[in-house]
Amino acid sequence: MGTNAVAAKPQADQESRIRTGNHFMLGDHACAEGALAADLDFFAGYPITPSTEIAEHLARRLPALGGRFVQMEDELGSMAAIIGASAAGARSLTATSGPGFSLMMENIGLAAMMEIPCVVADVQRASPSTGLPTMVGQSDILQARWGSHGDYGIIAYCPASPQECFDLTVRAFNAADQYRVPVFIMMDEVIGHMTERVIIPAANDLPMSHRKGPRTAPGGEPFFSFAPDEDLVPPIAHAGEGYKVHMTGLTHDERGYPALDPETHDKLINRLVDKIRLNASDIVMYDEIGVDDADTIVISFGCTARSARHAVNQARDERMKCGLLRLITVWPFPETRIRELIKRGNVKRFIVPEVNLGQLRREVERLTDLPVLRLNHAGGTMPVPDAILELIRS
Amino acid sequence: MDLSLAQVPQGRVHVIAERCKQCNFCIDYCPTDVLMYSDDINAKGYHYPIVAAGKETACIHCRFCDLICPELAIYTTEVTTETSGGD
Amino acid sequence: MSVIEETIQPGVNIHPIDKLLRADRLPHILCPGCGIGTVIHGYAHAIAASGLDEDQHVCVSGIGCSGRAAGYVNVDSYHSTHGRALPFALGIAVHKPELNVTVISGDGDLTAIGGNHLIHAARRNVNLNVICINNFNYGMTGGQVGPTTPIGAKGTTAPQGAVEQPFNLPYLAKATGAIFVARWTILHVREFQDAVLRSMQKKGFCFIEVLAPCPTSFGRANKIGDGAHEVEIYRERCRVENGATNLEELDIDLIDESKSITVGNFVDVEREPFLA
Repeated sequence: MGTNAVAAKPQADQESRIRTGNHFMLGDHACAEGALAADLDFFAGYPITPSTEIAEHLARRLPALGGRFVQMEDELGSMAAIIGASAAGARSLTATSGPGFSLMMENIGLAAMMEIPCVVADVQRASPSTGLPTMVGQSDILQARWGSHGDYGIIAYCPASPQECFDLTVRAFNAADQYRVPVFIMMDEVIGHMTERVIIPAANDLPMSHRKGPRTAPGGEPFFSFAPDEDLVPPIAHAGEGYKVHMTGLTHDERGYPALDPETHDKLINRLVDKIRLNASDIVMYDEIGVDDADTIVISFGCTARSARHAVNQARDERMKCGLLRLITVWPFPETRIRELIKRGNVKRFIVPEVNLGQLRREVERLTDLPVLRLNHAGGTMPVPDAILELIRS
Repeated sequence: MDLSLAQVPQGRVHVIAERCKQCNFCIDYCPTDVLMYSDDINAKGYHYPIVAAGKETACIHCRFCDLICPELAIYTTEVTTETSGGD
Repeated sequence: MSVIEETIQPGVNIHPIDKLLRADRLPHILCPGCGIGTVIHGYAHAIAASGLDEDQHVCVSGIGCSGRAAGYVNVDSYHSTHGRALPFALGIAVHKPELNVTVISGDGDLTAIGGNHLIHAARRNVNLNVICINNFNYGMTGGQVGPTTPIGAKGTTAPQGAVEQPFNLPYLAKATGAIFVARWTILHVREFQDAVLRSMQKKGFCFIEVLAPCPTSFGRANKIGDGAHEVEIYRERCRVENGATNLEELDIDLIDESKSITVGNFVDVEREPFLA
């Protein structure tokens, strides 16, 4: 034969989007792998500790899988770029930490108003301002809920392990698409920089949902980008699909055209809030240890929940009636569940340890007259189990 | 060049009166001074361009009034004369 | 017969270019004598001339009077946040390189609050057509001075006259890497449309500055008068110099009557576009 046969490249050289199997993996990398497994198309970001490993990992992985990686000039641009890409149909992600999260707030409001799905990973560090760049914080929690001006709904997950960094990133993309909202993965430095076992399931075992698209072909009647279904979420059409959409950060009617009157505004903003509020029972996630008979319930999230779990387990070993409510979604806040626990009558007090000066404690205090004990550190270190245990014993 | 063979097109002016905001651009820059303001006003209170008396055949369909109009309120079409057709 | 002429229905109150506009939203909100409508009009003509399906075109704007442009063109259109039109458009252009993405926004939006994005989009050579409508001030908020206000010109935030050196936008665009740079005015309707069409045909970062009157805020404060008077300034003082290489000397002084305003297509080069 006269042809020079070229050996096919071994399969091992090919990048696989989903690295099914057992891994010993950094939390930041697990977040990046979760995004890839969730069919990430577009990443735009700006280097910032302690989130940079997410960007670096995606810079290595995403282009080889046909996606686009862009290092932007700042976080203002990063956020705008992922919204633009998503408006064109991309599953898009940015990753940052407190100072960058602050800059992103402007366009997070735009994503909320235009109802463009997107995911932001915020690996929290000790703040405010530049704070302690390499050390842990949990003080962006209220900013995640209220950081952009005005009223709107968002979803925020709080991973407490590298495994959850993977799982909740997949879930974040699905929720963003399902509800047409910006979704936050509120990691923290401890979780982002922790290396632990991460099990990546097979593709078929990953939950995947898709955006609701138009139900009519393009070119006919005008498409109404903001006409909601019963779940209050409108179907979305993307740039280039032929629907001639118009989207604006101005108050707009269901067609998407500016409608600058108080009635339209009130109706629109209520829907943006209600589409999360009224679907909260489908969105909210938490897990619990021993809350059924507890007179003391520790409410915790992120890295702090690891100390809290240890302390609660030890207290229960010591026959104390103590439970843990670990928040997996911080927003929407699981207030229905907390009210249920209070209603049972055996809860005497809550303990809310967190690496901030009491941001989530306020949310709990809002729901109850029972004592809500604090265990706070402004940042740089996290509450150790003994400190929580001591408070449980008190 | 035989200038007698050159044909200057003739145009007809169309005005969408309700869009006009009386900016003057079309009147100022019409090369053959076809336009003047109406005595009437539109719903927003602006005088809009009309073809001036005696200028009914003066438009040369250069389309400048159309292209510079910020309001999309004026355009011209070419008038094809009976004799210009080949078949 | 052009696409445009085919749609003409004489006697009906629609303009032949209406199908490329959201005509149900006309008349637009812009003031009498404002030049932004002419730019929108020109962009629509360039779309028609581009030979591309309308669905291949996308328009992105920032905030301000010029930012309203996206709301009037009948293509997929996005009215983003103040200064962020370029990174928003980058996201679209990079994710769907087959789309022809045009950013229409104002001088304040693109060069002040969005200045960082401008220089970096140009440096990267993102495949975008940028139409920067320069009316020398912040019109929507009532006539404040900005980075393009000529020295001496008055605004509500510089009642004694601007004292800061303004940007020379073609020079800035060239220096930061744009592969097509032009400056026209709304009086140069055909040249402007041709420049927009040229930028649609090029792969990379194309920047067109187009001077437009803002009679309500800038014209009145600077005794220029109405829009027609400012356009008359363009007619009297503009000098066309295509291919001009001395961009560093092309500052605009709208106030000094002895100074000419150089317009033209200045830069037209090729460079590897960004992720296109």
